[in-house]
Amino acid sequence: MKPVEGNKSTREVKVVTRVLAVNERMAEQNRRRFAEKGVFVINVMSSPGSGKTTTLQKTLERIMPGIRAAVIVGDVSTTHDADRLAVTGAPVVQVNTDAFGGDCHLAAHVIEKAADAIDLDAIDLLIIENVGNLVCPAEFDIGEDARVVVLSVTEGEDKPVKYPTMFRLCDAALLNKIDLLPHLDYDKAQAVGYIQQVHPGMPIFEISARSGEGLEAWINWLREKIRVKLAARSK
Amino acid sequence: MHEMGIALQIIDIATASIPPDMRSARVERVNLKIGKLAAVVADSLRFCFDIVSKDTPLAGAELAIEETPVVARCKDCDARWTIVEPVFTCTACQSGALEILSGRELDIVSIEIAQEESHETGGGQ
Ligand SMILES: Nc1nc2c(ncn2[C@@H]2O[C@H](COP(=O)(O)OP(=O)(O)OP(=O)(O)O)[C@@H](O)[C@H]2O)c(=O)[nH]1
Ligand SMILES: [Mg+2]
Ligand SMILES: [Zn+2]
Repeated sequence: MKPVEGNKSTREVKVVTRVLAVNERMAEQNRRRFAEKGVFVINVMSSPGSGKTTTLQKTLERIMPGIRAAVIVGDVSTTHDADRLAVTGAPVVQVNTDAFGGDCHLAAHVIEKAADAIDLDAIDLLIIENVGNLVCPAEFDIGEDARVVVLSVTEGEDKPVKYPTMFRLCDAALLNKIDLLPHLDYDKAQAVGYIQQVHPGMPIFEISARSGEGLEAWINWLREKIRVKLAARSK
Repeated sequence: MHEMGIALQIIDIATASIPPDMRSARVERVNLKIGKLAAVVADSLRFCFDIVSKDTPLAGAELAIEETPVVARCKDCDARWTIVEPVFTCTACQSGALEILSGRELDIVSIEIAQEESHETGGGQ
């Protein structure tokens, strides 16, 4: 750098580091740990209230005990979601991010600690319900194998184009609350079109967590993912 | 929304990057590269940074942010283009198999440190 005014000058020091490098390293460490234990990890994300907890409750009811599952659920505060999920019999760890500064997402070090409370040898599937938010969780790898975004028909059709990073990052989308369609002006074809526009080819499952409609297709997709991971372990 | 956490990480990384012979120096500027798709609001980041950098070597430092565009490459026909609208299909062949070449960065490129040319350091390089 050029010297500036009088006796002062500046020196430029190259850094070239990802700002979130610490999180990324921790996420890789989590990923190795889960892989060693043969646990399939899924990160479930959505805006607040899209139906993550309800969908997971219904999913757990249908896959357990054939698939041994545990849940880590992140909320800014309260244990309401953990209480609802625990009814399924799955071990549930609630993480309140207000202890971590009210964070808008789960970070890899938070998952590392939460996973200590789970017997990873006793499970095949770890479900992580992220904090309700379509922006920040997309920036923080937590060591998961697959990412799923839940979008409900009570939100705008254009969420996918407003939050393209989230929809590109995820491996599947669940379009929830379709039981409400008769009462709404929701243009479902447009919503599906927007998802395909930002992430061509992404599987989209239309579901009602309330009535159970459409859950089978989503659960089959999940089962297949778990099967592939477990097969890799037994090799 | 997580700009506070990012500001703290920037301070950690920048502080650790100050050369050992300049430990008491003041960082004047942090050069950042932030992609358009990274969920960072520049004003909010600056606001948080000003608060958490107090009493650190980065107090008063400027955050110089270079915003990088979203550039995609088609895996099928190798076309390259800048994505402006949220449409992620190839502009040449309509394929959906894209590689995002830039636009998600959140990188510290360099820091600029004030050098006082006092009698102590005046003779050094
Ligand atoms: N009609 C209808 N309501 C639903 C459906 N799924 C969830 N809900 C309701 O939507 C509300 C929010 O559901 P939750 O499952 O708590 O949503 P969430 O995404 O976990 O919410 P946060 O964790 O707070 O972000 C609740 O009142 C649910 O009963 C559905 O398929 N149909
Ligand atoms: Mg919930
Ligand atoms: Zn192409």
